[in-house]
Amino acid sequence: MANMCPYGSFTHAVVRGIPETFGKPVGDGHENGEISVDLAKAQRQFGCLTGALRQKVGLQLIEIPPDPELPESWRIEDVAVIQGDTALITRPFKQQRRSEAEAVRRVMSELNLTVVEMGTEEGDSGGATLEGSDVLFTGREFFVGISSHTNRRGAEVLADTFRDFAVSTVPVCGGARLKNICSMGGPDTIIISSSDGAKKTLRMMEQLTDHHYEVLTVPEESAANCVYIKGSSSRDFLLHRPADECPDSVSAFQKLQDYTLLPTACSEPSKLGASLSSLCLLINRKHTYF
Amino acid sequence: MTTESGADSEAKQPQENKETEKAKAKAAEPTSPQNQPEELPAAAGHSTPARKEQEPQDEDLVSHRSSTSRLSRSPLRGVKKVKIMQCKVTLLDGSDYTLNVEKRAKGQVLFDKVCEHLNLLEKDYFGITHRDVENQKNWLDPSKELKKQIRTGPWNFAFNVKFYPPDPSQLTEDITRYYLCLQLRDDVVSGRLPCSFATHTVLGSYTVQSELGDYDPEELGSDYISELRFAPNQTKELEEKVMELHKTYKGMTPADAEIHFLENAKKLSMYGVDLHHAKDSEGVEIMLGVCASGLLIYRDRLRINRFAWPKILKISYKRNNFYIKIRPGEFEQFESTIGFKLPNHRAAKRLWKVCVEHHTFFRLVSPEAPPKKFLSLGSKFRYSGRTQAQTRRASSQIIRPAPFFERSSSKRYNMSRSLDGAPIMENHETLMKDSASDGAAKVIAKGDIITTVTTEKKAEEEKAEQEDAQMDPVVTAEPVVSTPLRHDTKTDSEQTDFAFDGEMTATESEADDDSEMRTQYSFIRRVKGENVFIKHSNLMLEDTSPPSEMVKHQTNISELKRSFLETGDSTPGLTEWEKRLSSSPARSPRTDEPPMIEPLDTEDEEPAGEETKEVVEPKATKAPGYLVKYVVDSITTSSGPHGISLSTTMDDDVFMDGTLREVEEKTPDSQDEVSERSMLKVSPRTVIQEVSQAISDKKGTLIILKDAEDKEEGKETSAVGEEEELVVPGEAEAQENEVSETVKEDTSVVLEAKTTIVKMPSLQMEIKTDDMTQIKGTGSPKKAMASWISDEAKTEASEIISVLTKEVKEMTAPDALQQKAEVFTFREFQTEQSKSSVTQITLSESSTTSLAVSTLGWVSSSQKTSDEPEEKEVVTTETEAVPEPAPAESTGPMIVDAVDAGTKETPVVHTETKTITYESAEVDTNGDVDPGVLLSAQTITSETTSTTTTTHITKTVKGGISETRIEKRIVITGDADIDHDEALAQAIKEAKEQHPDMSVTKVVVHKETEITPEEGED
Repeated sequence: MANMCPYGSFTHAVVRGIPETFGKPVGDGHENGEISVDLAKAQRQFGCLTGALRQKVGLQLIEIPPDPELPESWRIEDVAVIQGDTALITRPFKQQRRSEAEAVRRVMSELNLTVVEMGTEEGDSGGATLEGSDVLFTGREFFVGISSHTNRRGAEVLADTFRDFAVSTVPVCGGARLKNICSMGGPDTIIISSSDGAKKTLRMMEQLTDHHYEVLTVPEESAANCVYIKGSSSRDFLLHRPADECPDSVSAFQKLQDYTLLPTACSEPSKLGASLSSLCLLINRKHTYF
Repeated sequence: MTTESGADSEAKQPQENKETEKAKAKAAEPTSPQNQPEELPAAAGHSTPARKEQEPQDEDLVSHRSSTSRLSRSPLRGVKKVKIMQCKVTLLDGSDYTLNVEKRAKGQVLFDKVCEHLNLLEKDYFGITHRDVENQKNWLDPSKELKKQIRTGPWNFAFNVKFYPPDPSQLTEDITRYYLCLQLRDDVVSGRLPCSFATHTVLGSYTVQSELGDYDPEELGSDYISELRFAPNQTKELEEKVMELHKTYKGMTPADAEIHFLENAKKLSMYGVDLHHAKDSEGVEIMLGVCASGLLIYRDRLRINRFAWPKILKISYKRNNFYIKIRPGEFEQFESTIGFKLPNHRAAKRLWKVCVEHHTFFRLVSPEAPPKKFLSLGSKFRYSGRTQAQTRRASSQIIRPAPFFERSSSKRYNMSRSLDGAPIMENHETLMKDSASDGAAKVIAKGDIITTVTTEKKAEEEKAEQEDAQMDPVVTAEPVVSTPLRHDTKTDSEQTDFAFDGEMTATESEADDDSEMRTQYSFIRRVKGENVFIKHSNLMLEDTSPPSEMVKHQTNISELKRSFLETGDSTPGLTEWEKRLSSSPARSPRTDEPPMIEPLDTEDEEPAGEETKEVVEPKATKAPGYLVKYVVDSITTSSGPHGISLSTTMDDDVFMDGTLREVEEKTPDSQDEVSERSMLKVSPRTVIQEVSQAISDKKGTLIILKDAEDKEEGKETSAVGEEEELVVPGEAEAQENEVSETVKEDTSVVLEAKTTIVKMPSLQMEIKTDDMTQIKGTGSPKKAMASWISDEAKTEASEIISVLTKEVKEMTAPDALQQKAEVFTFREFQTEQSKSSVTQITLSESSTTSLAVSTLGWVSSSQKTSDEPEEKEVVTTETEAVPEPAPAESTGPMIVDAVDAGTKETPVVHTETKTITYESAEVDTNGDVDPGVLLSAQTITSETTSTTTTTHITKTVKGGISETRIEKRIVITGDADIDHDEALAQAIKEAKEQHPDMSVTKVVVHKETEITPEEGED
């Protein structure tokens, strides 16, 4: 396919700052009640991440300013799924999060992406929910995790949007989101945690795919979410959780040949169920047709 | 990717339009004797657009001829006319190529000719499709005769890519890639191959480059691009983007542009995926996609499962169910079988075939040999072409210089339509425009051959220059047009012949789902609801009648028909069938059912017609010796470690072939009218199997008798148009001759349904039901079924029953032998009968404890039933089957041999007649009861061209209970390609609608077919 170049080539990263309402219950929310997060630390970690993306990897960084009204808006991955020149603005499970999309939509348009909406609540896609952290794009196909936040109808909308690709649904066992248990570690490499649930999901993915992926298994679930980017000079970058956050898994990353490993802390966001990839949207504006 | 049935509704329309247009064009043309003008379809306002076009005009010709062909076939007339059929093949660029082939030519001949015309060497990736009555695309089997594959309708075909090479860059020749591109463009434009906007742009731009060459504003103008089609919904924006990209390709050769096109297209997830609508075990609508790597399962657009070929151990189908047996996973112990429901039997078969072919082509190094079997219930179908590995090897040997070929023609195609009638609404107009615009072709009839002279011969001539061995001169490349020959205005004779015509038609037009499906469902549902079991059945095949005896033969048929109708009157309770059958060991319900169950590997099956049961593979401890014969289908050819075995439970063609026949000589009594056709003796068991399959599969073949095309013609004429009669002098004759002379295949289906509207419920029935459930309840450890298959329970039943059957068989075998090849007298029957009841008893004794209860129940009921025949007077059964208890093992091969011999000895047209009776278990409740006092009796007979319905109503009082008994006999006589199953189902349905309490107790299928001599003398 036109846009089907090996996974990992990106030119831009879109992030959204951590607001001071970080970790505060949303609306009348109760879920984050007892979790104590360190806002300053979270902001520092966010800074490290953006710094790595811009300076180490060399991406153009677009930072959407934080909005205190939207305490979860920093989880920008959820609100859009981008492939090639198309951005699907998703419909997150939580009603309160749906207004997060506005700013993202604007940025997408500015980047000249074709913005696709999931449609109105009433229409065909009524009831469809989809969050980007349940979507694993491998460069060849999509896997959509059916989770508490993403349903099958949401996956259908995604399939309808990205018609070139096979879109397979997999159950998310172990872990709230698909990307919490796995991520891409290279064009043909899936990093996945070794939990039983993750293994189940992996088996399903293996069953569903036409392709063969290398699998890098990491003992800790927190290590399974990495950000892989093929840099400008074809260097492979991997942002992963540092040794103090996942001591047993770092050795696994070392197995990746010729990679530039970028340990990036993410302990505060992860307390809220997020991970490295949750914090950024990656875009490739250089289309290569052949 | 291609969609099977989904597309139809929309697809019909364009076709219709086209036909209409053509018909108009044609109407203006002179009529030749061969070529009678038909009524214009447009005028008719038919409710069945799909069918309307189906009846080929050629059929007239041919059928007309065939009415006289009887003579030419007789040894007396040495000269044989080779019947030539005109075929129209829609090529990938949208043009039509018209050529003539012998009517009896195999699919390969046509395919080779088309490839030759296309100058295509790497042809194994391609195939020829034909749309059936349901407008479903079927691949022509190269190894089978064309005429057998085209049931009705004009000989219109399409040339298509059958196996999409996963890596088109490995194709050797540019010309092959070019054709692949054309196919893909059509796939894209029709929406079968979905792509994103970006992909549409890219693919479109390469299309433009390969077709028009470099971007050149002066030559091309600014709007050049809107002439081409790139997407199902083409927008201005898309065109602009395409143009933008096109500008950047300066200097790119067409061949390179095509390579780029293919490189992009092959990555699309639906590239080369052949989609089939289905439902999963829970009734959820899904799509099954067959592709190079395996079978994909989609729900909406989502891929929900995938079975790579190596994971699949076996594929099979049964009725409208399609099964795959999956290799156990890493952590699983057992193989699992997954079942899917297809809309109808044909769809299931089609899917199965496609799977077989894809697996062989992409997965194997060389094709498997088709299974060899005498008596085949299963399919012999195997992919016989080259595999991808072989074709690659072969094409690496191609040494010719790259052939020159014209690419520009596809412009028209791009404007016009989707090649195979895929659903593109927007194309209608262009389509019409197209066909209207080129009415240039003239048709000249000369002799038997119809030539189409076209002004646009150029393309072909060019090709002819390149390749010396060109097509026969008569063949002309024909632009999108209208040869009058092709369109056929005739309504389907099937329909008109049918009593149920009206309703079927309605069905078709109202709902788009195919009528077969509907009728089938309803049929099954009813039967099931009423718990009808097929108690005994028999199949008789008569082999017959040299031409000289044709008339006599004909008489027989009508007599047969009459007797079907009449028997009911004389013996309301039992027909001769029943009587005869009752004497066979298979008579007892218990022993009857087993055979149905046992035969198929995949099967489970229970009393026929019960839809619910699909089971998968009883892993019973069946003695292989017995099984072999029956499990024709299960022949599992495993190919290497990754091999999968293919099996069908039934294939029509095979079914036909497998029919047992015995030649005249064998029957001493051949003199007398009845037995003029030799009697066929088939082991009841076999018969039952076949029957049960038949019923359950609802297959056309079963009930099939193809007949005289003449007949069709005749009827048609009367039904449809006066014009035809005028033009065709032979027609009237044909009408007369229809049965007697030409009868190639003649069908009469006798459907007998009995209702017992009573206050007293049938005891037997109840008993049986109970038993059944008991059996079902018995657990069997041997099963390794997927738990998701709901009907597993049935398997057990089949296992158990199969054991029983074996025993029965053993018991009866001795009798059988001694009686073989004899005409049975009633006495014999009786003896046999007594024996059979003995057997039954033995059975019950020998059966295991767990079965004991149920067995007893069965025995008691079967005993009852077996008594019946004695009480009843045996009537006029001669015409029908004589069941022979001989085990199929011995009879089967013998009979087949006999047939062969017969064919060789007499170079004559053989007609085979097959009669099958399906009977429900509860024979007559009144059979064993006090006959009661007859209060009233009434017989109503109604008749239409194809159906005769006799309703016989009797009211009796028995022991204070009054019983109204309505017996309805419906005789469906049809020819050629009527879907008898459908008709049958329809008839049953109708009958049931009239009498909701009615149960079908018996179905007799009498089939007569021409036996085509293999030697090919015509």
